[in-house]
Amino acid sequence: MRTYLDAGGRAPVHPVAREAFLAALDDGWADPRRVHAEGRRARLLLDAARETFAEALGARTAEVHLTPGHTASLHAAVAATTRARRRVGTRVVLPAVERAAVIAAARAAGEAVVVGVDRAGRVDLDAWRAAVGATTALAVLQHANGEVGTRQPVAEAHAHALAARVPLLVDAGASVGHVDVGADWDVLAADPPDWGGVPGVGVLAVRARVRTAPVGPEDEDPWAPGGVSVPAAVAGAAALRAVLAERAAPDPRAALVARIRERVAATVPDVEVVGDPDHRLPHVVTFSCLYVDGEALLGALDRRGFAVGSGSACTSSSLEPSHVLAAMGVLTHGNVRIALPRNVTAEQVDAFLAVLPEVVAEVRGAVGAGGL
Amino acid sequence: MSGASGPVGPVGPEGPAPSGEVVDARGLRCPAPVIRLARAAKDAAPGAVVTVWWTDPAARHDIPAWARMRGHEVLDTVPLEEPAAGDAAHGPAWATRVRLAG
Repeated sequence: MRTYLDAGGRAPVHPVAREAFLAALDDGWADPRRVHAEGRRARLLLDAARETFAEALGARTAEVHLTPGHTASLHAAVAATTRARRRVGTRVVLPAVERAAVIAAARAAGEAVVVGVDRAGRVDLDAWRAAVGATTALAVLQHANGEVGTRQPVAEAHAHALAARVPLLVDAGASVGHVDVGADWDVLAADPPDWGGVPGVGVLAVRARVRTAPVGPEDEDPWAPGGVSVPAAVAGAAALRAVLAERAAPDPRAALVARIRERVAATVPDVEVVGDPDHRLPHVVTFSCLYVDGEALLGALDRRGFAVGSGSACTSSSLEPSHVLAAMGVLTHGNVRIALPRNVTAEQVDAFLAVLPEVVAEVRGAVGAGGL
Repeated sequence: MSGASGPVGPVGPEGPAPSGEVVDARGLRCPAPVIRLARAAKDAAPGAVVTVWWTDPAARHDIPAWARMRGHEVLDTVPLEEPAAGDAAHGPAWATRVRLAG
């Protein structure tokens, strides 16, 4: 029996999304840009999906754009807002813990002004505010960090950005579907596969007051050249409706995250549980184990039936560890990143907590690092 | 974010910085440099300075994190001159000095 604890950015497909996806293959397979009955039927499904996203995000339907995916949303959002303000400047202000796609897009679009974070991963708000000024093209602040779960002070940041007349991009890819993201944004990106949608679509909301100048060859839909997958959009909207309807307060996963944070610190020697202990997402938790090879740890857990993520360098294709852990100044090796899926049970979490100490000891022992 | 701390300037293996033991962890991937350093620290006297040579990018973050968790103090991190040409297969090498908890 498998236990999936790596739902960040790619949760198991929600049953409602699966059903909606299959129905949309039957009814919405046609190209929604064509004017015949089949095309119009697909168009209706797509428009209904956008309405659902708009309602959930507190936006107008016309403000919601669909993209090929979350990375594409972030790339396009940074590029199009920065280009529209090139007479003001090309500086993009962002904390060091933004998603890699945002940092790369900022560097491609102009001058990335990177602001530090504290040990918990929370942006240095004073430095961020000081950097967002007259020559800033775009201000960026994620709603919460998907690697460590720490929530960011978006309300304070947005108040400053509004006063400075600089648009604020909020990456809410780890938050939407899990917590209320509020209205403190000018551009907001949400990630359907993160809440149980089907991969192949992203959601980008751009307030009507924000000027954008799409980059790239001309296309009927500059946010998704060639159009988006209608079934994926329909599935993402259906999943969002379902998870918002099912959402309980408090999220039962918050208690499980608190339990993981407490038990891991108590039962695994030389471990660092990272991220803000209180101001955090209800389903994400991360810790690093001293003297542990992250790849070996993931493999050992996988063999015991547990799928988890990691920000350690040896689990990535590059030699570089997670830039988020590095910016926080916490241990990058031996890292375990957990994002609890919606239907996780307390028994599954307890089973994971029961095997973890012996697995860590085993991996440490294999390199002769026990007792150091 | 991840800049070297302390004075920056090349230091040779025979140069002025290292005092006490030197751990050569060049070419080793995480978490091996920290494990080697911890082994040396275990055998060294309290308050001693241990120097570690490393090339793995993760060591830049993990040596200070280890020192913080153990109560040691990172004195500085400086570029390390390769002792001989042709040893640079693992990219630039660095030397980090750690003063052990007393």
